[in-house]
Amino acid sequence: MIETTTPKTQAEAQSPESPGAAIELTGVAHSFGDLEALAGVELNVAPGEVVAIVGASGCGKSTLLELIAGLAEPSTGSIAVGGERDAAARLDACAWMPQRDLLLPWRLAVDNAALGLRLAGIGRAEARERAGGMLERLGVGEFARSHPRQLSGGMRQRVAFARTLLTGKPVLLLDEPLAALDAITRAELQELLVETLAAERRTTVLVTHDVEEAFFVADRVLLLSPRPGRVVWSAASPVDRSEPRASAVTAPAFAAVREAALEALAEGRG
Amino acid sequence: MSARQPSLIARWLPPLLLVALLLGLWELAAQTGWIADALSLRDYLVPAPSEIATTLWDNRSLLAENAWVTLREVLLGFAVALVAGVLIAVLLHLSPLMRRASYPFIVASQAIPIVVIAPVLVVWFGFGIGPKVAIVALICFFPIVVNTLDGLGTADEEQRKLMRSLGASRGRTLTLLEAPTALPYLLSGAKIAVAVAVIGAVFGEWSGADAGLGYLIRLDDGNLEVARVFASTVILAAMAVTLFALLALVERRLAWWGAGSPGGGR
Ligand SMILES: Nc1ncnc2c1ncn2[C@@H]1O[C@H](COP(=O)(O)OP(=O)(O)OP(=O)(O)O)[C@@H](O)[C@H]1O
Ligand SMILES: [Mg+2]
Repeated sequence: MIETTTPKTQAEAQSPESPGAAIELTGVAHSFGDLEALAGVELNVAPGEVVAIVGASGCGKSTLLELIAGLAEPSTGSIAVGGERDAAARLDACAWMPQRDLLLPWRLAVDNAALGLRLAGIGRAEARERAGGMLERLGVGEFARSHPRQLSGGMRQRVAFARTLLTGKPVLLLDEPLAALDAITRAELQELLVETLAAERRTTVLVTHDVEEAFFVADRVLLLSPRPGRVVWSAASPVDRSEPRASAVTAPAFAAVREAALEALAEGRG
Repeated sequence: MSARQPSLIARWLPPLLLVALLLGLWELAAQTGWIADALSLRDYLVPAPSEIATTLWDNRSLLAENAWVTLREVLLGFAVALVAGVLIAVLLHLSPLMRRASYPFIVASQAIPIVVIAPVLVVWFGFGIGPKVAIVALICFFPIVVNTLDGLGTADEEQRKLMRSLGASRGRTLTLLEAPTALPYLLSGAKIAVAVAVIGAVFGEWSGADAGLGYLIRLDDGNLEVARVFASTVILAAMAVTLFALLALVERRLAWWGAGSPGGGR
């Protein structure tokens, strides 16, 4: 095994005792048959850091998360999570929240949230209690005993997020958790996300196609080129999280970095 | 689910009216002798609905006895097919190799002409309940296996990945994801199966039996007891409809989430 060195990033100072694990990707490329989805992705995420990945539709963002999650091996290159390279170890270390909520319609919200706990061998009563607490914390406690089809899109995402958090794994991989939500619900959930991620201090990779959301939620934003995806641009977020969302997103520094990102996105497309 | 259900009366009124109308026409045609005349038959060969109803009542204990024999064959055969069908579907689902190897035989089992195999089974197993149960099971097996197998394969790739990411073993993925996904499919296969199971039992009884509605029909056919043939047929139809309705009820109670890959979202 090669000794891995943790990269220095701004997040390190801010979370010295994060339960998160580092993520390191070197030269990661992935193809589906003839289709080249990713090409030469280099990415280092420090323990406890929150990184957002932005990119055009179909550029390989979901593929990248699945590779990190250990659900597949890259065609070339290496991926290490917490210094471990094999897929089984990555599966163990990563909590993956897929693009669709994938709630099981026959399980109550609380039992959907508790799915990971049950699969980890925790008894029904304890799993339910912990899941109930998490739903409470994410603002959907009163819907614990509803079935998914009785919930709105925003509530379903909260339940799916609870299921992800409850796994207790050191790395969170969130695939467009707020896409397909209306603007108000989205803003509300962005704040919830910021709050929760700050409290959790786990290493997080958030995929989104919303540049503003990326800078608002993450410490650092990476831009993926159109397919085959590569990291072509990155910037630290200027957002001061102690401020309310409204003033954060209207600050001049925020506007500047957003402009720059949008420009880079447009460039990659042209 | 949010679609408005028509009220009970609105749902049942049209079919009941249609049945009443048809029965009325039949009654009229039989009473006036139109049908018999048109077919150049004696009148007693074309019983009116009222006459069939009278026959049903007058022969109630005989009919009930034989109906009970047939019902037992149907239920036993269906149960055998259900257990065997689900077990085999799960096995084939878990082993793609076995699936590829045995699927042609399962399809072929459906192509066996029951009329041909029924007498052979009677020769082999005698006049008892055995061959009838075997025939019913053979008929029920196919829709159950095929539908259950389809259902087990319905959960999508993404869903399986989520289970894997959450640490589920193959077995847990089967019980927590695939089995509930398959349940609505299994039950709709079972509905098709009960509907034809009754025909299977009658075929079995035709080929050799000493009791059952199929046996009685054959006997009455020979003796030109046409009204009682119709009476037996009415009971057989009622049996199939009732079993079908019961399964539909089970389906609504037990598998209310319906067919399709679970977990939409987008
Ligand atoms: N299992 C697969 N087999 C074949 N091609 C695939 C598979 N998964 C993804 N692809 C292709 O790889 C490319 C990248 O897909 P991916 O889902 O990672 O994109 P994405 O950036 O997440 O897109 P979106 O923003 O629409 O979610 C797409 O062209 C997609 O069609
Ligand atoms: Mg995607």
